[in-house]
Amino acid sequence: MGEEKRVLTGTHFMNGDVACAEGAIAAGCKFFAGYPITPATEIAERMARRLVEVDGIYVQMEDELASMAAIIGASWAGAKSMTATSGPGFSLMQENIGLAVMTETPCVVVDIMRGAPSTGQPTEGAQQDVMQSKWGSHGDYETIALAPASVQEMFDLTIECFNMSETYRVPTFLLADGFTAHLWERVIIPPPEEIKTVERKKPTVPPDEYMPFKPDDDLVPPMASFGEGYHMHVTGLTHDERGYPKTVDPKTQHELVQRLCEKIRKNAGKIIRTHEFVLEDAEVAVIAYGIPSRASLSAVKGARESGIKAGLLRLVTVWPFPEKQVEELANRVKAIVVPEMNYGQIVREVERAAKETPVHFLAKLGGEPHKPSEIFEVIRRAAEA
Amino acid sequence: MPVRIWRTPLDIEKVKRPKAEIHIIKNQCKGCGFCIHFCPKKVLEESEEINERGVHPPRVVDESKCVLCSFCTSVCPDFAIFVVEKQCKDGC
Amino acid sequence: MTVIQEFAKHPLAKYLRLERFPHIWCEGCGDGIILNCFVKALDDLGINVDKFVVVSGIGCIGRVAGYIKCDSFHTTHGRPIALATGIKLANPKLTIAVISGDGDLFAIGGNHFIHAARRNVDMTVICSNNFNYGMTGGQFGPTTPLDSYTTTTPYGNIEHPFNLVHLAAAAGAVYVARWTALHVKRLTESIKKALQKKGFKFIEVISPCPEIYGRRNKLGKSIDIMKQYRQISQIRHGYDPAKAEITKEKIIVGEFIDIEKPTYGELLQKQFLKIQKKVMGG
Repeated sequence: MGEEKRVLTGTHFMNGDVACAEGAIAAGCKFFAGYPITPATEIAERMARRLVEVDGIYVQMEDELASMAAIIGASWAGAKSMTATSGPGFSLMQENIGLAVMTETPCVVVDIMRGAPSTGQPTEGAQQDVMQSKWGSHGDYETIALAPASVQEMFDLTIECFNMSETYRVPTFLLADGFTAHLWERVIIPPPEEIKTVERKKPTVPPDEYMPFKPDDDLVPPMASFGEGYHMHVTGLTHDERGYPKTVDPKTQHELVQRLCEKIRKNAGKIIRTHEFVLEDAEVAVIAYGIPSRASLSAVKGARESGIKAGLLRLVTVWPFPEKQVEELANRVKAIVVPEMNYGQIVREVERAAKETPVHFLAKLGGEPHKPSEIFEVIRRAAEA
Repeated sequence: MPVRIWRTPLDIEKVKRPKAEIHIIKNQCKGCGFCIHFCPKKVLEESEEINERGVHPPRVVDESKCVLCSFCTSVCPDFAIFVVEKQCKDGC
Repeated sequence: MTVIQEFAKHPLAKYLRLERFPHIWCEGCGDGIILNCFVKALDDLGINVDKFVVVSGIGCIGRVAGYIKCDSFHTTHGRPIALATGIKLANPKLTIAVISGDGDLFAIGGNHFIHAARRNVDMTVICSNNFNYGMTGGQFGPTTPLDSYTTTTPYGNIEHPFNLVHLAAAAGAVYVARWTALHVKRLTESIKKALQKKGFKFIEVISPCPEIYGRRNKLGKSIDIMKQYRQISQIRHGYDPAKAEITKEKIIVGEFIDIEKPTYGELLQKQFLKIQKKVMGG
């Protein structure tokens, strides 16, 4: 038992959470530690049932802090690991997310965003944790976050999260809104040989020559696992290339923080994913991610029909943010429209990159996604201005 | 009352009491005095010399009294003292 | 001969990262003794160091992970047990020891301790109990005795301390023992026993903090604290942990709990085989 159950090849009608869990298992996830929280509980439930079929482990920890700590431990023991939560749990995980960043631990954290702040609206979707996935933990660091906009993407992008996490040795986030998580749509799961999975780089030198935090040219160090005889010391303290704490040397701290950030920034070209729709001759560009991008698509189509040259840039990766692409787009268009299910998060990055080009923000809070007509109205006003 | 042995053990010629070799890493000692104070045979005492840390490391008074209980080896927080069995070819 | 050259002759040198010594601990600190007894236990048992992982938390004792030559993880404050759970479940072939302090394991980490004990996850937890948060200058913690002086109880502590062995036993640990840093032989034997047992094992070590807790509470020099341990500790194996208190007149030490209970890993494996059979069988 194991391999033949990993990929449920075929056409399915499933909900977003379940598709995410299946994506994780297809990617080779062997360890899940979590805590129930609406609207991510179904991921834990699916993992509790399915992981055992692929020789994986499901453990329900006592809280989200423990869940994040456990997946870091499991990753160092060699397993591809994941946890899933929502806003309140995501806040609890931040300290250990920092630990994962600092120790360069590959792991996936799924955040199904719901109405916030605090307990907020447990059963209503939102996009209010976007900035937190970049700045949530203390310190300077870069992360990778993907935003699915359909149930198929809940499956596909979870696999992408694992691949990126293993490639760059960084915690990777799947930022889904609560609606996409509970949506039921058709999902096509391909045969296993068509699914690309990535394994972390392993050391090529013997244990006495291996330095766990000495990077290769891509700024990512190869990673041994505990139990392979490498006798590694891993710490959250600022450390040198051997992993030993070195907390009072400015050079060590500067080089370490710089490398942790540049690891992602330098490779941004390979990480960033976007989709463009009729953007070539657009005068008004809509930049959206997650569920609002679907309404945006309808709005853009409607705008084109009424003669407005609108286009859509859908962000698949929210972090790293495609600054250059947005800057270049802003130079060509008259205005940019950003619909978000929050009070203004990614729009700030857009404004920063767009510089002088007017950016129109459309907030939608409360639990209803944007209507295409609402976005269309903003496009129309932006075009006329 | 001291223990009195009533007869000589039959294998007394064959059995050799292990001899101790006490090593003191003087500059690793922080002068806590645990080894000196808790040695059951009072083999150690504080020396007159001062080490790099500004403390008096222990000094062996009479190595032949040591019974290799290794209490000093385990109770030293700094691994600055350890006792091993003396390795000698023909009788120590 | 340099210090390292002399040190390299120490019988336990092969378990230590010699290049990182001298360690950061104060003169007479119990943490050094715990490290010493711990690696002695590893040596006596002939443990395969390649399959051994030490996880520590934040605190003076937390630094121990960086001194032992094996795979080790120095985690965030309070989380070594949760992280160790992840390591153990992902690779059951590894032997895990969590070595941390009273505050790390029982204040911020209290929740993780009781749940790992309840689940009976296979790991050995050693707590260096020095009655305060030493690393940050000596604030009070969950084991600080009533009326003690610390930087955040300048007028005397008004909180009742935990009885750690009682807590561990109540939470479900299968082996619970308490020793002081003076009981080096018995502590080493306890560690050996724990490492060879299956399940969640807990050893509390009463540890001197002469520079900070000791000085502030006029306990004398480190040698005076150790002499005090000899004066007032009583070895009572099998004693009811609920009654095994620590007072100014008495420290009850010994092995209090030694039972067998299926571990989390064993139950998981059993269930796993049952499901496998069902799924294969159809």
